[in-house]
Amino acid sequence: MGAETAVAPPQKGTGPDQGAARPPGGSRRARDDRRAAWLFLAPALIGFALFYAYPTVRGFYYSLTDYNLLSDPVFTGVDNYRDLIGDEQFFNALKVTGYYVVLNIGSQTVLGLLLATLMHRLTRSVALRAMLLVPWLVPNVTVGLLWMWLLDANLGFVNHVLDALGFGTTGFFTSPTWAMPTVAAVNTWAYTGYTALLLYAGMLQIPHHLYESASLDGAGEWRMFTRITLPLLRPVLALVLVVSLIGSFQIFDTIAVTTKGGPVSATRVIYFYIYEQAFTNFHMGYASAVAVVLAVVLGALTAVQMRLLRASRSDLA
Amino acid sequence: MRTTHLRIGAALLCLSATVSLVSCSGSGDDSAGGRTTLDYWLWDDRQLPAYQECATAFHKANPDITVKITQTAWAQYWQNLTTQLTSGDAPDVWTDQASYYPQFATSNQLLDLQPLVDRDKVDLTAYQDGLTETWVKDGKRYGLPKDWDTMALAYNTAQLKKQGVDAADLADLTWNPSDGGTFEKTIAKATVDTHGRNGLDPDFDKSKVATYGFLPEWADGSQGQNGWGDLAASNGFTYLDKNPWGTHYKYDDPKLAETVAWFKRLIDKGYSPRFDKQSSVANSELLAAGKGAIMVAGSWTISSFTDPKSKQKFAFAPLPTGPVGRKSAINGLSDAIYAGTKHQEQAWKWVKFLASPECQDRVGERAVVFPALKSGTEKALAAHKAQGHDVSAFTDSTTTEGGTFQLPVTEHGTEINPMVQDAIQSVILGQAKPQAALKAVNDKVNGLFK
Repeated sequence: MGAETAVAPPQKGTGPDQGAARPPGGSRRARDDRRAAWLFLAPALIGFALFYAYPTVRGFYYSLTDYNLLSDPVFTGVDNYRDLIGDEQFFNALKVTGYYVVLNIGSQTVLGLLLATLMHRLTRSVALRAMLLVPWLVPNVTVGLLWMWLLDANLGFVNHVLDALGFGTTGFFTSPTWAMPTVAAVNTWAYTGYTALLLYAGMLQIPHHLYESASLDGAGEWRMFTRITLPLLRPVLALVLVVSLIGSFQIFDTIAVTTKGGPVSATRVIYFYIYEQAFTNFHMGYASAVAVVLAVVLGALTAVQMRLLRASRSDLA
Repeated sequence: MRTTHLRIGAALLCLSATVSLVSCSGSGDDSAGGRTTLDYWLWDDRQLPAYQECATAFHKANPDITVKITQTAWAQYWQNLTTQLTSGDAPDVWTDQASYYPQFATSNQLLDLQPLVDRDKVDLTAYQDGLTETWVKDGKRYGLPKDWDTMALAYNTAQLKKQGVDAADLADLTWNPSDGGTFEKTIAKATVDTHGRNGLDPDFDKSKVATYGFLPEWADGSQGQNGWGDLAASNGFTYLDKNPWGTHYKYDDPKLAETVAWFKRLIDKGYSPRFDKQSSVANSELLAAGKGAIMVAGSWTISSFTDPKSKQKFAFAPLPTGPVGRKSAINGLSDAIYAGTKHQEQAWKWVKFLASPECQDRVGERAVVFPALKSGTEKALAAHKAQGHDVSAFTDSTTTEGGTFQLPVTEHGTEINPMVQDAIQSVILGQAKPQAALKAVNDKVNGLFK
């Protein structure tokens, strides 16, 4: 988006009077401009090539090798991918990640929409908006540690309160039933403010007169939400969904801090699995293959989402 | 769509860049005018002061060699080491551990010390028994022993005294997988509900336990060093066809299944916390918070129990005697030399120094760990005694014939860990039957060696 136009070298000529009375040094000057443009673009392009393009290609190459980090990679063709098909842990990781994504995206989007609407329709307090963002600003590892202590079955404040109220205690991170919903809830807590802010920015794009005329026609808040806000928010909502879907698939830090994939693989999500394969088991080739498959899955999901939500077209115009 | 591409790129970047980026942070060349700087790595911050002292003494004796110690926490240690090895910039000498070293040995990252040991006639009999052989594979020696650790029971003295259990009772506990012996009785006594009734009281309410008698460790990989492994061994279980370097695991042994089933029964009776309601913080912290009375502790954690600032007072007792005797896991660390070091002779000098009484006695005097040399161990014992702590529960097992067993050293160690741990957790959760789950995982584990 937009980057393509920026990459195109500047066109020859500078003003409306080109062609007429061109000064003798004109074409040389234009070439100079081009050189300067490339010069300015170079840092971004080199960075892209070095830190994105090259590792991507290299990662793909590793996925076709048997590579333990310490010895040289040995080319094995599609062996890693063949192993993947029979790998229960891989499919379990996909399943568990999918479960997390559904829980997390669901709760985060609904709560985010609710908060954004409240901010949009009720109050526009800057202080409130800033406060919503605070959890998002806390580093993920800190978030994980904080909730691990709060929710601990024996020493945690939450369980203490639950027990005092007569509900008994729950091992939020140690029960196979609760571990994943807990991780999802923790991340919802951390990210809802950010989602809400994006959606709120989208809502500000909606012309105010629409709401005024709707309320003159006697429409209530709920009706205005479903008939005006939601349809006109669609492109922004689509963007938020795509970005948070990809973000959700990349869940790692909270799990690495709290459950470490347990209990009994209940939270061994795909990123954690890749990490374990690469850096605990030293199967870098296999880990790369899993990463490539994940990238393909994410690409496909994103394409489907964009198509379904007609994200690139707005109903506002 | 551009965002997606970037994200995909980023996903792969995570994998490959970590490898290539770290290589940029080289430590620079370090020998100038006959002077050498050796890089040495370890992970335990409590041991750092002792080894710093060794490094200073070593420099004094060898003015042309300086040792630069880097301490990295356990959680990052192996990952950092692997990335450094990948980039060909590993430390000259590092602290090695038995389940991690096979990976380095098989990929030719470690220097074979056997020729140097022979040349300099290093006396291998001066070390505690069984510590030197762990580091030998196919006649090549990949490390000199540094320290060792064994297991014992750690208990809250006040809580047990209240239930009429004293140190003498705890010194002679028995255990078997059918009725749990006096060990289970003691655990029952030590379990107290919110009404102050202990586990032997007919009115004991297992849904309202204030203090659990025993805190088992379930995140214990494939070895169960902190609990199930020790008891299973005292029930006659062995992990492998041969150790080290066996190729056939025996997790399907009914003796292990019986042991795990006994732990499950402890939970069902309310003497241990239910797995799905257990804490995610370490058992030692729960013990310190008064939520538990007894746990299995490793000798490397002694200082956390003897801390004078702790609100609770703890003492140590030997593990219970099982059907085939009393068995504690023994595990040792070594110092290894990087095969690609530019300063082989200097590195060997340093490793030899680390393994000598000059350094190990110093380490022993600080009483944070038991040095591998018998003389160093004695220094550590004396230091503990001087501080008023009886740690003989950890050392007695090494002086008893057959009192210790070696933890398995094989290939695929890091892969086997989560597999077996998951199987054992599924039994403890009641998702699977012990024998069936262990048989299934054993087949998978042995499949790795085909």
